[in-house]
Amino acid sequence: MSGPSTYVPKSGFARWMDSRLPLMRFAHDTIITFPTPKNLNFWYAFGAILAFMLGIQILTGIVLAMHYVANADLAFNSVEGIMRNINYGWLIRYMHANGASFFFIAVYIHMFRGLYYGSYKAPREVLWILGVILYLLMVATAFFGYVLPWGQMSFWGATVITNFFSALDQITPHWGSAIATWLWGGFAVGDATLNRFFSLHYLLPFVIAGVVALHIWALHVPGNNNPLGIDVKGPQDMLPFHPYYTVKDSFYVALFALVYLAFVFYAPNFFGNPDNYTPANPVVTPPDIVPEWYLLPYYAMLRSVPQKLLGVLVMAGSLLTLLFIPWLDTSKVRSTRFRPMMKQFFWFFVIDCAVLGYCGAQSADASLTLGSFALPLVWIARLATLYYFGFFWVIMPLLGIIERPKPLPTSISQPVLAAAE
Amino acid sequence: MMTMKVLTLAFAALVATSASALAAEDLSQPQEPIKQSWSWDGPFGMYDRAQLQRGFQVYKEVCSACHSLNLVSFNDLSYENGGTGMFSAAQVKAIAAGYKVPAGPDEKGNTTDENGNPLMRPGIPADHFPAPFANEEAARAANGGALPPDQSLLVKAREGGPDYVYSIVVGDGTKPPHGFKVIEGKYYDPYFPGRNISMPPPLTNDSVTYSDGTKATLDQEARDITAFLTWAAEPKLEDRHRLGFGVMLFMLLLSGLLFLSYRKVWKDAH
Repeated sequence: MSGPSTYVPKSGFARWMDSRLPLMRFAHDTIITFPTPKNLNFWYAFGAILAFMLGIQILTGIVLAMHYVANADLAFNSVEGIMRNINYGWLIRYMHANGASFFFIAVYIHMFRGLYYGSYKAPREVLWILGVILYLLMVATAFFGYVLPWGQMSFWGATVITNFFSALDQITPHWGSAIATWLWGGFAVGDATLNRFFSLHYLLPFVIAGVVALHIWALHVPGNNNPLGIDVKGPQDMLPFHPYYTVKDSFYVALFALVYLAFVFYAPNFFGNPDNYTPANPVVTPPDIVPEWYLLPYYAMLRSVPQKLLGVLVMAGSLLTLLFIPWLDTSKVRSTRFRPMMKQFFWFFVIDCAVLGYCGAQSADASLTLGSFALPLVWIARLATLYYFGFFWVIMPLLGIIERPKPLPTSISQPVLAAAE
Repeated sequence: MMTMKVLTLAFAALVATSASALAAEDLSQPQEPIKQSWSWDGPFGMYDRAQLQRGFQVYKEVCSACHSLNLVSFNDLSYENGGTGMFSAAQVKAIAAGYKVPAGPDEKGNTTDENGNPLMRPGIPADHFPAPFANEEAARAANGGALPPDQSLLVKAREGGPDYVYSIVVGDGTKPPHGFKVIEGKYYDPYFPGRNISMPPPLTNDSVTYSDGTKATLDQEARDITAFLTWAAEPKLEDRHRLGFGVMLFMLLLSGLLFLSYRKVWKDAH
């Protein structure tokens, strides 16, 4: 990958293989000698954690699919059959369900990390865009997966999300409804919908695995960014990936798995919605239809717009905005560590996302009561949506021009000297 | 220190104002469930087998008149033969035999007897609990239009879980506060959404006579049925807690060893 290969085949077979399909050379250069900046901190472990979680989800998912029945009449009870009658079925299903939540916890930390250290800036734009695509694929996969148990939230969540397309009726009459009908394979969410969602839920993780390969490829060409956001100056700034980062990543993966498994064993329904333990019923609408926690900020943005089509566009826009970040940030400096103004706006953005998540979890007409003063949450969500877009489309481009960054260290090996200046 | 104090005072003031706003109780909203402590709480929590037996008795003698338990088989009630329950295999056999379940066609292909009634046979451990009503319409017709929910997953399907189920049982039929109009044919239950519940108060003191001699107060019965229904919804909880302990120990050890390796490998890196 970057730099000449240092692989030396040791056996006759290895030499024979190396001149035909140099798999070992590829593995050696990618995960053994790959030169990595020596100052990567804890936040850089989430790439490995995400790879681990993808592996867990695929493995548990394949086993679940052996016992699951994608049929509107049988799906709910087949999941309960897994919970009650399959050996360790409860463990595999709770690992899969909580695995989705922890996958998202990891991906959000990974994304905020990239945002903070400017890892999307040249020459890593393609790496970032592939990451956004991975995130969108994860959202789609998680949505399809949540439908499969065919509980009340599965059914009504699927109904709400697929109905977004019918908003397009406001542009061309019947066009959006036609798309929704096509997606459902019928005139409402039903058996056909469940079957295709299962098919896609099984397919997309392998697409994700493929894009992960591209993501890692795009990482290995320019090499890792680092918390200082400056380019590596030479071998003195680097360490081989193995054993330094294999052992460091392994430690953090184990720590992350410890927390994840604590939820699996001791609070397996913490992230779930009780309504999904009631079988899907097309004639009974639950009082509050809420998506899974990791989609709540988008749900809040959707509901903050009083007009349906605009709401859907705002929600889609909030996701698509992520693709443009490499060109919206005009600063010459990558790392927020050296950007005093950006630092404040960044942390306010993190809080903003949490506020949006909170608003998305409350019922649509909820308000925040302080004494006799009641502030409708929808207004908080509106302000938060405004900041979400403002952060990317106004603050990011402007800050690069008006902000005066702190002096950068001359190299990774000598950050102390620079700080003393 | 000073700022901490100011912050605490400000927080206290905030709580006080929001509490006064809540003082006038909104009777259209349900009360929070009564918090109870349960034997299965916490990482080492386990079910109390005697309590599960009493809870089963309450289900069998009271709840099962209206509520199905579709996902639970008789064998699940056993602590033998792969079950996680509260009875021996022999006891389960006897319990199952006490139920009549729909039988298949006989050797002549008849599905009904000479009087036209569907053929029935005594239950075996592999059977699931038979439902009290043939279908939803029959259940509604017998319950004033309301549908008694299946109880297999009830505890996991309600916000508040066991506390909620317990509260519904003890709250049903209590005296409504002044000014609250109970809908004709319904009962007051402060913990139920809307506070009007279709279920008549299911339990009172001595609704059952416990075979283990426990005094059957309403509170005792409500706690016991809640325990049984929690087990019905989460029958693998004990396995989960036991395995979890081993997994946590292993993960701590693994993390510790990896941390030491990490420190050792990185010692010469700077």
